[in-house]
Parts: sequence; C-alpha cells; structure tokens
Amino acid sequence: MRNTTAVPESRRRWLDVVHEWVKTVDHKKIGIMYICYALIFLLVAGFEALLMRIQLAIPNNTFVSPQVFNRLFTMHGTTMVFFVGMPILFGFGNYLIPLMIGARDMAFPRLNAFGFWISAFGGLLLYFSYLGGDGLYGAGSAPDVGWFAYAPLTSPAFSVGHSTDYWTLALLLSGIGSVATALNMVTTTICMRCPGMKLNRMPLLVWLYLVTSLMVFIAIGPLTAAQIMLMLDRYAGAHFFDTQAGGSAVLWMHFFWIFGHPEVYILVLPAFAFANEIIPVFSRKAIFGYPAMVAATIGIGFISLSVWAHHMFTVGLGAWANTFFTLATMVIAVPTGIKIFNWLATLWGGKIHFTVPMMFSVGFLFQFLIAGLTGIMLSVAPFDWQLGNSYFVVAHFHYVLVGAILMMIFAAFYYWSPKMTGRMLSEKLGKWHFWLFVIGFHLTFDFMHVPGLLGMPRRIYTYEADRGWMIWNLIVSSGAIFQAIGALVFVYNLVWSYFKGPIAGPDPWDAWTLEWSTPSPPPAYNFAVIPSVGSRRPLWDLKHPEDPDSNYEM
Amino acid sequence: MLARQQWRSLAVLSQSVPGHDPTSIFAPAGTPAHSIFGLSMLVLGIAAAIFLVVAGLLLYVLVRYRYRATGSEPAQEPAQIYGSNQIELSWTVIPVLIVVILFLAAARVIFSTELARKPAAALDVTVIGHQFWWEYRYPKLGIVTANELHIPVSDPLYPTPTYLTMSSADTDHSFWVPRLAGKTDLIPNKINTMWIDPEAAGVYLGQCAQYCGAQHAKMLIRVYADSPQQFAAWVAQQQKPAAEDSGASEGEAAFQHNACISCHTIAGTIATGTVGPDLTHVASRDTIASGSVPNTAANMRAWVDNPADFKAGALMPEMHLNDHDLDAVTAYLMTLK
Amino acid sequence: MGGIAVLPHNPNEPWNLPSRGIVGMVCLIIAEAAIFIIFVVAYVFYLGKSLAGPTPRDVLELPIFTTICLLSSSFTVMGAVSALHKNQRNACSMWLALTVLLGFIFLAGTAHEWYNLIYRDGLTIRTNLFGTAFYSLVGLHATHVVLGLCLLSLALLFSLRGQMTSKHTERLEVLSIYWHFVDAVWVVVFLVVYVFGR
Repeated sequence: MRNTTAVPESRRRWLDVVHEWVKTVDHKKIGIMYICYALIFLLVAGFEALLMRIQLAIPNNTFVSPQVFNRLFTMHGTTMVFFVGMPILFGFGNYLIPLMIGARDMAFPRLNAFGFWISAFGGLLLYFSYLGGDGLYGAGSAPDVGWFAYAPLTSPAFSVGHSTDYWTLALLLSGIGSVATALNMVTTTICMRCPGMKLNRMPLLVWLYLVTSLMVFIAIGPLTAAQIMLMLDRYAGAHFFDTQAGGSAVLWMHFFWIFGHPEVYILVLPAFAFANEIIPVFSRKAIFGYPAMVAATIGIGFISLSVWAHHMFTVGLGAWANTFFTLATMVIAVPTGIKIFNWLATLWGGKIHFTVPMMFSVGFLFQFLIAGLTGIMLSVAPFDWQLGNSYFVVAHFHYVLVGAILMMIFAAFYYWSPKMTGRMLSEKLGKWHFWLFVIGFHLTFDFMHVPGLLGMPRRIYTYEADRGWMIWNLIVSSGAIFQAIGALVFVYNLVWSYFKGPIAGPDPWDAWTLEWSTPSPPPAYNFAVIPSVGSRRPLWDLKHPEDPDSNYEM
Repeated sequence: MLARQQWRSLAVLSQSVPGHDPTSIFAPAGTPAHSIFGLSMLVLGIAAAIFLVVAGLLLYVLVRYRYRATGSEPAQEPAQIYGSNQIELSWTVIPVLIVVILFLAAARVIFSTELARKPAAALDVTVIGHQFWWEYRYPKLGIVTANELHIPVSDPLYPTPTYLTMSSADTDHSFWVPRLAGKTDLIPNKINTMWIDPEAAGVYLGQCAQYCGAQHAKMLIRVYADSPQQFAAWVAQQQKPAAEDSGASEGEAAFQHNACISCHTIAGTIATGTVGPDLTHVASRDTIASGSVPNTAANMRAWVDNPADFKAGALMPEMHLNDHDLDAVTAYLMTLK
Repeated sequence: MGGIAVLPHNPNEPWNLPSRGIVGMVCLIIAEAAIFIIFVVAYVFYLGKSLAGPTPRDVLELPIFTTICLLSSSFTVMGAVSALHKNQRNACSMWLALTVLLGFIFLAGTAHEWYNLIYRDGLTIRTNLFGTAFYSLVGLHATHVVLGLCLLSLALLFSLRGQMTSKHTERLEVLSIYWHFVDAVWVVVFLVVYVFGR
C-alpha cells in the first residue's frame, strides 16, 4: 500500500482537530471557544491595567506617555466589557443551557457558530488598531476616546484618523454576535425543554440567561443605532452629534447609556445565575425562594431599562430628571437585595462545604454586598455630583465587575470545568488562586475608593503631587501585582489539570441538575435518551426517592 | 522681587488648608458642598448599618452552618426549606422603606441646590471649556481671563455667591472643585449653570472631570476666594488694558509679528485672537498651562518655546522663535500684570 | 455511567413547545425594533432644530400610493402563506410575485422621492439635522425592505421551481412575520415623519 502524500500521523491528527473546532456547530465546543477566547483577552486587558497602575503609582510619572495611557484605559475598558465579559458569559450559557434543559444542542447551531466567529473577528479587529489605526495624534494606533466614546470627542474634528472607527466597527460586529447568541438562547429555552420541564421547573441559571438575553435585544439596539449614527457623522457628513450644526452631545450619552446600563446588568445576571446553582449545592439545600428569585430577576431586568441617566447626573438634565433617575436607581436595589437575602437563607440551616467554588461564591457574596452599597451611594444624585467621574466610581464598578462577576466566573470554572474536561481542577492551586486574588482585589479596590473621596477624577494619566493621592495610588497599584499572580496561578491550574487532574466522573459534586447526569465530558449528543423531569431538581428526586422535590415545590 | 517670586512658586504648590487633602469632599467650604456633605453622612451611615447587619449575618451563617464531618457514615442532607412568602415580604418592605428615606433626603438636596434663589448681589461668571484650559468672562465687569478664577468670599449674612454659566468650545469638560460644590459638565451647544459661595478666603483646587482628550489630566482649576477688598483690587487691575512697559517694546513687537496674535488677545493691542487664553494680565497669575506649571520667567520661556515639553498634546504649537525673540517675548509677557 | 433513567413525566400528556423559527424571528424583531426606535427618537428630537436648510414642511409630500402598496403587500404575503398551507403552489407563487412587485413599487417610489429631494430641493444627509435624521431613518427602513425583497424573491424562485410544498409553510410564515415587521415600521415612520412631523 503506497502512502502517496506522506503526511505524518500526528500532524494530520492535529490538523483534523483544528478543522473540527473551526467548523463545529456543537454548543459545547462553541462554549469552550468563547471561554478560551475570553480568557486570552482577560490576560491582555489585565496587562493593560497593570501598565496603567504602574504609571499611576506615583505622581508625575513618565512610565507611559499621555497618549499611550489614554489608549490603555480605552482598550482596557472596551476589551473587558465586550471581549471578556460578554464572551465568557455567553460561553458558559452556551455550554450549560442545552444540558440543563435536557436538549441535544441549541435551537440554531449554525447561528451559534456564526455568533462566535463574528464576535471573535470583532475582537481581533479592535486589536488590529494597534497596528493599522491612526490615533488622535497621527501616530497610528488604538482608540483613545474612552470605552464610552463621548461625542464630540469622537467627531472627525477631534478624532482624526481611524482609531475611533476600529472601536465602532469592532463593537458593531460584537453586538451582532451578541444578538445572535441571545436569540439562540431564548429560542432554545422556550422551544427545546425536555418533557416535564415547565418554565417553573427550569434551573434558575436558565431563567437568568433568558432574562439576560431579552435584555440584550433591547439594549444592544441603541448601541448599534448610535454607532451607525457615529459612522454616518464621521464619513457621510451627517450631523447627529455635530454640535456645530446644532447636534447634541447629550444625545450620544443618552443612547450610549440606554445601552450601557442594561449592559452591566447583562454582565451581572449570569454571575447571579452561577451563584444560584453553586451556593445551593455546597449548602446541601435547595435554593430558598425560587419564585421570588425569578420575580426579582424579571424586576431587575425591567427596572434596569429605566435608570440609565444616573450616568448623567452632572450633565444638566434638570432637577426633575435627576430626581426621577435617583428614585429608579434606588428602586433596583430592592430586588437585588432580595437576591442577597435569598442566598443567605439558602446557606442558613445548611451544611456548608468550603470547596474552591464555594470559597469564590462567599467572596462574591461579601463583595457584591459592598458593591451594591457603593452603588446606592452613587444613586444619590448630589453625592454623585461629587463622586461621579472620580475614582470612587471606578472603585465601585470594579467591585462589581471583579469582586462579584469575575469571582463568580472563577467559581463557575472550578465547578463546571470537571464536566467540560472530565478532570477536576487542583483544590490546592485553587486555594492559592483564591487567596492571592482576594488579597490583591481588596488592596486595590478597597483603597481605590479613597482617592475618589479626595477629589481624584478618572481617566487622568498622572496627577499633582500636592493632592494627597499618592499613598493611596501606591497601595492600589501594589494590589494589582497580587491579582496578576493569582490569575497566572489560575491559568497554570487550568493547564495542569487538563492533563493531570483527577478524573471527575459524571457528578463529582453530588449535584441535582440535568448536566450532572451525563458523562464528563458529555458526548456530542448530550443525552442518549431525552430525559423527562418532574421537579426542579431531577437528580435529587432520583437520589432521594422517598422525599422528592415535587412534593414541596411552591 | 526675587524672594517674592520664589515664595510664589512654592506657594503655588501648597494649599491653603491645614492637612494634605486640598480636594477632599469631606472638607466642605461652601453651601453646595456642605449640603452634599450632610447628605453623604446620612447615606454612609445607612450603608454602614446595612453592611454590618447583612455581613454580620453572613459571617454568622458561614461559621454556624459549616459542614463538620462526624463519623464515617455519609452525612445526612439538611432539612430542605424551599421558601417562605412572609419572609420574602419582610425583606422587601424594609428595603423599600430605606429607599423612601434615602430618596426624600436626596430629593431635598437636589432641589435646594439646583433651584436655589439667586441673590441680587450674586456675581456672574461665564465659563467656557477648551481643550485644555478654562476661559472665564465676567460680562458685567468687562473682564476676560483664563485658568485662575477670582471670586469674592460669600458671607452667609449677606450672600455674594458666584453663578457660573458654562459651556464648551470643543469637547465635553467638567468643572469640579470638591471643597466648593459638586461637579457640573461643560457641553458644547448646551448651557449649564451652577453656583459656588466660598466661606473663607483662600485658593481652592480642582480639575476637569470629564475626559476631553490628551491633556485632560492637566486641565487644572484654581479658584481664588478673595476678601471684598482683594476682589475689588483684582477687578480694577483686570479691567485695565495691558500694561505698557517701554522696556518690553522689542518683545511686544516680536509677539505681534509672529503667529501669537492669531490665537491670543492682549487688550489694547492688535492681538485679538480667541483660540487661546487671554494674556492681558498673564503675569498676574500664579500658574500657566492651566494650573500645571508655576508662572516664572524660566517656565514661561520654556512653554513658549515648546508647549509639548510640559503638556504633550496641548493645542499650542511650537513657536519656532529664535533665542533672542524668545527672551524678548518672555520679558514682554512677564510685564503684563 | 452514561445516561440515567429518569422517571417519565406522564406519557399521556402532550408536550408541545412553540416553533423555533417563529420564536427566533420574534426575538430578531425585538432587537431590530430597538434600533429603529432610537432612530425615530433622534428624528423627533431634532424636529425644528435645524439651523438652516429645507424643513419637512417645505419638501415632504405624503407618499400615499407607495404606502398603500407596501401595506397591501402584507396582505399578499399572508395570502401566499395560506395558499402554501393548503398546498396550492401556483396560487402561492402568484401571491409571492404580487408581494415582490408591490415591494418594488415602494422602493421605486422612495427612490423617486429621494431623487427629487436631492436634486430639486437640495436636501442631502449633510444639509442639516433634518436631512441627517430623515435619510438615516428612511434609509434604514429601505435597507430592511431590500433585504426582505431579496428573501421573498428567493422564496418566489423556489416556489416557481416547484420546490416549495406545504411542509415549508412554517418557514414562509417566519419570513412573512419579518415582512409584517417591515410594514409596521413603515406605519410608524409614515406617521412620525410625514404626518406628525411636518
């Protein structure tokens, strides 16, 4: 038998693997691709943050130039929101939703793949700007207009060259991907649940992703519209945000924040979703108040569409508008608080196992509480007149994004990666990761509130020595190093455990939802036989046939 | 004279308050800042109380219900509690009450600040934000200046607040002097107003608080709260046209024959440009480059030679003057008290 | 180790969930509606704010004929769906052809209107705020019409070739929902731009 092409066995297998992943429409592989893609960008954007913190550690530092700094904070924010937060959360949703509802795949597998690849392309386009763009100062580079790109800074007069266009187009593409994925999630949830899984028997994770996806439809539209308008202004001579022609800079702010505020809830609801699955399992109790949790989530979804102008308290909207948006923003604290109390009640009377996922969940609970409280402070418009656009706000939103969301993402990794890879992550490395990261997080973000209270605005590449900000900035910067090391430990854990971690089996945590009834990793078809369920915790019913959930569910 | 200049360059980098936090929101020195401070104490108090209660409960739960392995048989699952409508109601009602209290307190301060009655003795100043400097115009006094805002101290018994009418000539900016008031944005094609009423004489520091481009970080604010006499003297000085000093005529000629006049105004001369700050009384200011550089002859010369050395990205270009002209122009500018 | 036996829920009870295509299209419509609403808001916000140049009252005429054509095309596409449901393939082709024709008339009418606005009245997207908001809103709608016509023409092609049968009814219905959305947007645009905005 002649071997005509003489391609080596191992290389052919490697190419086959790549080919398989590139053309896959399997929700599990797409989910993993989203997650890996987001992890890479997490490290890149984290590195950008590290550079900024080195620059800000002492006043009048010259570690990076003003132009470079302005690009760094723009890219850091844009990357973290659109190319870390969104993909990682869509990745977990993609992976888990069909498994949790007893389906074989998402409703539109090819649309799923399309959503991933267009978002991925968006991220690459954004970073291509470092090579191909032209910045504000004709130097050729990444966008430097801030992640919310206020007009008229983005007009052709103040943003020459193409750096702003990279921002606009990359996000436009990412937005299309987000809508595609959200469409898939809603359709899958409504149309592909296994027999017996009525809406009030779905895992809370599925409910939260449903509400998140509906919010995506309503929130991404305004951003897309604003970006189309910006492109028309920049290239077709339109005047949407052209103040010289009577256009309004405030209109951009409205459109952006009508997107931007729901966006942060889109980012946080999946973190809540993970908490809803992980906390019960490690308390060994059902979630307390399932219907209240659903109602609170829907409430948060609705109210979040009406609070956007709390980002604009200093813009001069008038006393009545400021008052309304103060009220709406405070009101959203009520359903959010309800969630925290329900988690507390779930823990109450349980038997709490402090595994690594649970440790991260505990961190989430404390930190989200604090983040919520600083949010309530900022909702008070006069207080925001002092603290808006200062480091207090930066501290608040990083407390939510890192202290709550990233913390739960880590928890989700430790909890579900055994299902995805078939191997447990190392508990020992996990604990190192946790403690390093938490120490770094608090060093950085607790103390970051202080410069804000002392008058330090955001987005400044340096500051005066006589303001009294230096010691705080130094402490904040030192925390960044711990977080960086913690993140590296995590990456090492992922890699090491993939090859050497203990075999997980189908149900390493003794959990209760359908994904734990499949092998780890699940086969391509997920379930040999489509299951049918009689309660919210089908595996609990199987393990406790004398006392099934269906006897008690409200 | 030299001693005074040295003193000034040191004083510029000091603050007129005891301690090291010249821009702290917790050291209010004017009515808007005071009312925000009072409100913030209420808000912080409530937030701290909520934190102590909830975090305390959380801590308790984590310790009390921690899993303790007892013996070798598999652990029993704890009692499964699915929910309780009464409990849900209670922890809905209490937060709603807290929200009502906070909201009413906030609404009171919003209205009292934004819709405050303007006294007849109030001073009007128009503020126009530029990339990366502040233009101040006193319409009723016929004064145009830049970067250092002189206003009278306000006596609570006979209030003389300063009302700022603000807009921008280019991108968005924000006027933030924490010890005096919250910030208000300067937005092109929009007019915003705010008021400040410093209760004690001194310099109040602040800076631009809305990202406006490359040198947003160096768009600093200096508010000089003057006693009534000091303020009157300052006004009288500013209302005069530019000082005429025959010894500086060479510099004046150099200034007028170069591109300087296309951007800058010096009252009483042919320089009537409005792109850059008004320089009529530039030598009377403590700082140049919007508060970021002490106003000395050496600094002035270096700035005129190449602004980018101090503020890379500032819109003033290198002037390409030879050393001789540079010296002359600097000397001229330093006579403009 | 692999799948587990789970108690069957109740073999006699039917388990019917909505159609994927329809749910998906409704989701897309919500997202698209959000984009359109923002353009409508911008249009309304800028009414009366142009600093110079033509105003709506100066140059806009009620496009009654093209509107009737577009709105009728919703009825014709409904006819196509119902014909396909009854496996009346020729009737389906006819209704589809009518829909495409009516859509084309609408586009031609819009093109004619724009030609006059640009060359006779001197209104372009760069003229003033009205021009900016008008062309973007109406243009965005027209883009959606073009897309819809492409898809409808494809459907017509399949129908003429005899490749469409009653088992494709749901797919055609999904497309018709999109077309109804395009018409509904036109109703809003018509009222905002040509009726209340002038």
